Amino acid sequence: MSEAAMSEPVAGAGPRWDVDPILTVEHLTMRFGGLVAVNDLSFNVGRGDITALIGPNGAGKTTVFNCVTGFYKPTEGRIAMRHGGGQQEATVQAVTAGGHRYQAANDGAVFLLERMPDFEISKKAKVARTFQNIRLFGGMTVLENLLVAQHNPLMIASGFTLAGIFGLPGYRKAQRESIDKAVYWMEQVKLIERADDPAGDLPYGAQRRLEIARAMCTDPKLLCLDEPAAGLNPRESAELNQLLKFIRDTHGTSVLLIEHDMGVVMEISDHVVVLDYGVKISDGDAGFVKADPKVIAAYLGVDDEEIEERPEVAAIAAEALEAAAPAAEAAVAPPAGAPDDLTRIKGIGPVNARKLGEHGVTTFAQIAAWTAADIAAAEAYLEFDGRIAREDWVGQARGLAAAAGKGDVK
Amino acid sequence: MAADNVAVPASEINPVGAQAEREQRKAGLEPAGPAGAFDWMAALRSAGQAAFLAGVLAFFFIGMSTDIAPGGLVLSYRWLGLVYAIALVFFGRLLLEAFIFHAAPASARAIAAVVFILVVIGMMAYGVPGSRQANRILVGAVLGALVVAVLYVVARWRSGARTAARTKRVEAAPRFAWLARAATIVLLLVAAVLPFLITTFFPAQQRQYIDLAILIMTYVMLGWGLNIVVGLAGLLDLGYVAFYAVGAYSFALLSTHFDFIGFWVALPLAGMLAAMWGLILGFPVLRLRGDYLAIVTLAFGEIIRIVLLNWYQFTNGPNGISGIPKPTFFGLEFVRGSGGFADFFGIEYSTIHRFMYLYYIILILALVTNFVTMRLRRLPIGRAWEALREDEIACRSLGINTTNTKLTAFAIGAMFGGFAGSFFATRQGFVSPESFTFIESAIILAIVVLGGMGSQIGVVIASVVMIGGIEMLRNLDFLQEIFPGVDPVQYRMLIFGLAMVAIMVWKPRGLITTREPSAVLKEKKKIGADLVAQGEGH
Repeated sequence: MSEAAMSEPVAGAGPRWDVDPILTVEHLTMRFGGLVAVNDLSFNVGRGDITALIGPNGAGKTTVFNCVTGFYKPTEGRIAMRHGGGQQEATVQAVTAGGHRYQAANDGAVFLLERMPDFEISKKAKVARTFQNIRLFGGMTVLENLLVAQHNPLMIASGFTLAGIFGLPGYRKAQRESIDKAVYWMEQVKLIERADDPAGDLPYGAQRRLEIARAMCTDPKLLCLDEPAAGLNPRESAELNQLLKFIRDTHGTSVLLIEHDMGVVMEISDHVVVLDYGVKISDGDAGFVKADPKVIAAYLGVDDEEIEERPEVAAIAAEALEAAAPAAEAAVAPPAGAPDDLTRIKGIGPVNARKLGEHGVTTFAQIAAWTAADIAAAEAYLEFDGRIAREDWVGQARGLAAAAGKGDVK
Repeated sequence: MAADNVAVPASEINPVGAQAEREQRKAGLEPAGPAGAFDWMAALRSAGQAAFLAGVLAFFFIGMSTDIAPGGLVLSYRWLGLVYAIALVFFGRLLLEAFIFHAAPASARAIAAVVFILVVIGMMAYGVPGSRQANRILVGAVLGALVVAVLYVVARWRSGARTAARTKRVEAAPRFAWLARAATIVLLLVAAVLPFLITTFFPAQQRQYIDLAILIMTYVMLGWGLNIVVGLAGLLDLGYVAFYAVGAYSFALLSTHFDFIGFWVALPLAGMLAAMWGLILGFPVLRLRGDYLAIVTLAFGEIIRIVLLNWYQFTNGPNGISGIPKPTFFGLEFVRGSGGFADFFGIEYSTIHRFMYLYYIILILALVTNFVTMRLRRLPIGRAWEALREDEIACRSLGINTTNTKLTAFAIGAMFGGFAGSFFATRQGFVSPESFTFIESAIILAIVVLGGMGSQIGVVIASVVMIGGIEMLRNLDFLQEIFPGVDPVQYRMLIFGLAMVAIMVWKPRGLITTREPSAVLKEKKKIGADLVAQGEGH
């Protein structure tokens, strides 16, 4: 399974993830009150692929994860998980129309994740996940953590506790097997020496590995990793790459990961989906995404401080702001008197105050008079996703302007 | 979740401020001052502060007392007692400064010790009337020397422990494993022959002591039952007494309405009914977390009691239900005459037999509770409870149905409460809502928390200390030999409160704080309390 083979169209019908998707996310929208975190997002996760979901901070990646794993109920959209192979279009239609949560057909099964409670997604649809902030059972040993992950098969083996209380042989056998499986995964993540140590005592990198091992103990078909390389040193990152490739190649588990470490993403991903402001801006293999000008412009290596060093981006945004700004400036008298301290508006820092100043925005009155279009332009310029509206800069500016007693603000 | 910060492992959090100072003190490091020197001024100042506080507190508690006199209460004053209290605190604090808080040189320690002993002797000789003065001086010297000796031993132990690695949180068990096992077996043996020990060694008070043993055992069982909910599943339940009440009333009502129902038939029924009520309580609290969970369980406990109080036609209201049958031994009743237990076995009839039998019933019930709990801990359901206590969200991501898991914890905990309740009914022969007030819940919870949440042996120790201790404090008459004119029995709640405060200060996570892993690959290691989560509502 070389990367070249992955990016080749399979049988001339588009890339592999469109032909044999294990997970399809269709028109996913997630709103929190007025905030649209994910907007009409569609993408596929190929069976047996490592798929990376990347994007700047606040792009909505973790929200997508939480929708897929059932921790959030999406506002709109369909998330279909497929066991077996192929598109199984007929089954998907039947489940959707029939109002079921899942349905097995002769060649596989289809699960509509947006209809299932979180624990069922792991138990039935076989989607496991890890967390951005590690969530281990800190007071339980490494071995116990891995045994908890095998709760459901063990529960059945223990006859829902009754057979277990009396120590029937069937349960003992299942218990031994579960320990064998835990030992296998402890060996894979190099934690076998620490099997009887509490998970909370492990170093950070080991905790990350343990969380992956724990997720794998649920026998997932799709493994969702939320920033698995965060906080790892380069050697640990390299080991993580090996582990993920091992999981994909040996266990055939598909992997969906969120990652900021581009070294990890570009090296191991078969398929990369780029999000920005809750919208997909690019979708393809690593090479394609790397060369996509939209990705370069919107994401890679660009941040608040560096924006001025990227003339093409700054120019576009500045143009947009300028186009809107004259209207604003016309509505209010031109900056009267001394400029205000814009940082008094909650949400504006010194950097942004300076940037606004470069476009002639120096007083509260000017901001107070912003229209919706101005806000949109300013957001594009400052790279703030809905923050101006959310933090109500205009309202704040109005209050401050009124307090200062300058400008006739409506 | 997206907004959550990255968790910092506990091992990387460094304590600050007062906590740091305390840690330092624990580790035996000098908080201030050069080693070897002893700052008398600082010590005197802190002793003065302590004495001032003692004076303020003791002003009303010790300085004044209300006595019954013809025509009502009169206020009498005990200024000497107040002065004694202040002096004791002052010189005692000085002693602590020299021995415990600082590694003072031997000369300073000697001065503090001698002064303290002299003060105690002086107090005994001067202020306490009664027996011969020479005797009182002797008693004072012995008491003073005893305190100094205890402090000396503690100081030595601390300086020894200083060199040992104190920060190690994972202890290898083997060193004490055999000791713990031996202690368990000895405890079990003592529990098994306890009634005979009592009848042999305390024939005069056998009834009283066996009753006390039964009471303690009942609380052990209740503690073990609640431990499932609070200690393992981490759900703070302030209304556990409700299930105790359900068990007791189930048996009481069944026995009054159906003649054929005796204790042994009612026992499983009471357990089942209590478990059912556990489920009923479980449903509304499933969505609640933290303090809200505690409040709703508290309310549930009160609802049950108030219904029992007011549903007069059904429960007989505040009058309670009497005439609850006593348990039989395979159909043999504990009565005088033919057909009774004593007659059948050809032994002389004694009323104590019935109490011994009750003791064995509750012992067996408690051991069953313990056995089942220990077993459940090693089963997937028990591990899921503990995982739930550690992190509920992670549990759900692993496919654990947290709703069902919480419900089973509530139901099984309630079932044992119901068993204990029906035992309570048969032992008393009478139930009324008065027995099921909130204070009972609080005592049971205190036993669990004091023992160390999740620890089985901790519950036993805490029950003996809390239930047995408070009863024993009633029998402090012998202290009057030493302190004539002082009735220590009146101070028993004060002593009890002080003991609780002391435990809170030194053992905030309970007496047994380590957690035993439920599965072991190679070597069993105990897990320190700082790693174990406490669950909801703590």
